[in-house]
Amino acid sequence: MSNARANILARLRAVAPQEPAATPEPDFYPAAKLGHADRIAQLKRLMEHMHAEVIVTDPQNWIATLKDVLRARQLNGLLYGPAGPLGAALEANWDGELPPLVGYTEAVEQCKERLFALDAGITSTRGAVADVGALILWPDANEPRLLSLVPAVHIAVLEATHIHDSLADAIARERWAEGMPTNALLISGPSKTADIELVLTFGVHGPKELIVLVVD
Amino acid sequence: MTETVVDFPQNFKEALNDAQLRRNLRAAMDTMGQRRRNLFADLDALERLRARGDAIRWRALRQLPDLLEQLEKKCTENGIQVHWAETPAEANQICLGIIQRHHASRVIKGKSMVSEEMHLNHFLDEQGIEALETDLGEYIIQLDHETPSHIIVPAIHKNRDQIARLFHEKIPNAPYTEVVEELNAIARKVLREKFFAGEVGVSGVNFAVAETGTLCLVENEGNGRMCTTAPPVHIAVMGLEKVVERLEDVPPLLRLLTGSATGQLITTYFNMITSPRKPGEKDGPQEVHLVLLDNGRTKIWADLELRQTLKCIRCGACMNHCPVYTRLGGHAYGYVYPGPIGSMLTPQLEGLDHAGAMATASTFCGACEEVCPVKIPITTVLRRLRTESYRKADAPDAVKGHGYKRTLAESLTWQGWALSNATPWLNALNAKVLGLAGPHLSKLPQVGLLKHWGQTRALPPFARKSLHALAKEKGIADE
Ligand code: SF4
Repeated sequence: MSNARANILARLRAVAPQEPAATPEPDFYPAAKLGHADRIAQLKRLMEHMHAEVIVTDPQNWIATLKDVLRARQLNGLLYGPAGPLGAALEANWDGELPPLVGYTEAVEQCKERLFALDAGITSTRGAVADVGALILWPDANEPRLLSLVPAVHIAVLEATHIHDSLADAIARERWAEGMPTNALLISGPSKTADIELVLTFGVHGPKELIVLVVD
Repeated sequence: MTETVVDFPQNFKEALNDAQLRRNLRAAMDTMGQRRRNLFADLDALERLRARGDAIRWRALRQLPDLLEQLEKKCTENGIQVHWAETPAEANQICLGIIQRHHASRVIKGKSMVSEEMHLNHFLDEQGIEALETDLGEYIIQLDHETPSHIIVPAIHKNRDQIARLFHEKIPNAPYTEVVEELNAIARKVLREKFFAGEVGVSGVNFAVAETGTLCLVENEGNGRMCTTAPPVHIAVMGLEKVVERLEDVPPLLRLLTGSATGQLITTYFNMITSPRKPGEKDGPQEVHLVLLDNGRTKIWADLELRQTLKCIRCGACMNHCPVYTRLGGHAYGYVYPGPIGSMLTPQLEGLDHAGAMATASTFCGACEEVCPVKIPITTVLRRLRTESYRKADAPDAVKGHGYKRTLAESLTWQGWALSNATPWLNALNAKVLGLAGPHLSKLPQVGLLKHWGQTRALPPFARKSLHALAKEKGIADE
């Protein structure tokens, strides 16, 4: 065993601690406190700017909207979490003309090949942040992490009431610090790169398309 | 780890004469600067944000030993295994140990400057382990056996024609194309297979939150998420200064980082990892390891002035705005971290006797300080390093390799200067001599460095009267 830990800490502890000079920490952006409609509008505007497709729908019509989205594309299947928040609604409303629903029900070791072969995945979201235009996802056992990453099309369903003004707001209100999940994500659009001559190109390693259904 | 000695003047000459390189860089740096300015259009808000970022980073550094222990404790509780390394060699061994324990031979990597500092790829390669870069820019330069020339956009020195040729030559069956989208698609296809087959994923860390034991990663491409999610093992390597105290410290730093780096409000992905796969979860690595690397950081930390260096969040803005970097690019510096951040950090990590010349690659214009999101007094640190280069070899607590420039002649000159200034009659005599010589010696003599400097500049004549004399005439008291 190396003594790296002890040596490093000993070096740091050998320096007399400074008095905690109270540096003022100004509030950096009291993000605009928006009303419900403005929050949706802001999120839509910013995410569309990042090439996401944002469709505002309602509890009665979101499945129909989803079907339109799917019919407009040639997809070989839709990956979903049967035990997740969307599972029952999807199963109850599916029909044969749509790309088949494929459940993410096994550990990745058992289904990696299938997973990498599917065109689209659908997830719920924990919420969103309006000031930067991003979705919040806390993947879990029912809607695993790769569901929103591996398929080329990611469809995300967002409850309009779960949009926060800012990330700082979401962290504070929902007390994230008291218990972080295995993985928490912000997603602001389809994957992109500007590594060649700074030319912005969408669809690198993650999804090429991000479609957000805002249920209002 | 010390690279072969870098021939700075030669590198500079070559870089400056490379017209293609200068065109590629110029366009890119102007664009990045403009994007940043567009995003931070409200300068008052930006100043508040920078003050906050500065305060957060300084508060974290002030408590560094405590926060590192807290981070370790929290991570361990969450199931993340924490390792400490004093040197890059130790960090490499730790990574190798983990990889070998899993009998892995295919490693996929997300972008990490610390892994560059460790020369991890080279090390693993020698052990027969493939370590594949998956960030598009990193992938491009790895194909060409190059190192990053910029810490955010590593392949920025290349244009699309060069990349088109590279892909066509190095990737089996890749057609020749200069269309950026098509080049992208080629890389996507190759790397997707690698993500599928990767056995160990390696990533860096942008911020590590001591309060919750959370590792935060910022990226646009999705390769970082792939590397930290698809393989059964994830190794995160980080410089030990990257720790922050609280989760609520993250949003301001995130805004500063993405805004300063690429002028983005936010990146496509912000990936916060707090534990390996829990029972019942279907994906994510079974093991997550965090390697904390010192490599001289504790020594930097011990000096309050130099400690400022460690506030850096590696945004690259100082490079994009540096008149030296924007003309040379990163490779001329010869070390992993180029530009103002490199000039400041590298001599402290590698020792002034090896990399001290980097501290001279600055005009002291201060553009870097003006844009630095955490308000590092970069020129002050550089000035200090230049001073250290001349400090007595046996001076205690100095920067590694200090005094490498100290020569007898120079010490004597300065000693003489000090004596002269402390001794009025000697000073008066000197001024007389120079003043008398003035009319004849109308210019500084064109020798040594002065000759070089004077090639493109008019050398100033000696003043008739010394500053001392002028001050006296104006009635300024001479202490
Ligand atoms: S020194 Fe400042 S500007 Fe330069 S990379 Fe670090 S944080 Fe960014």
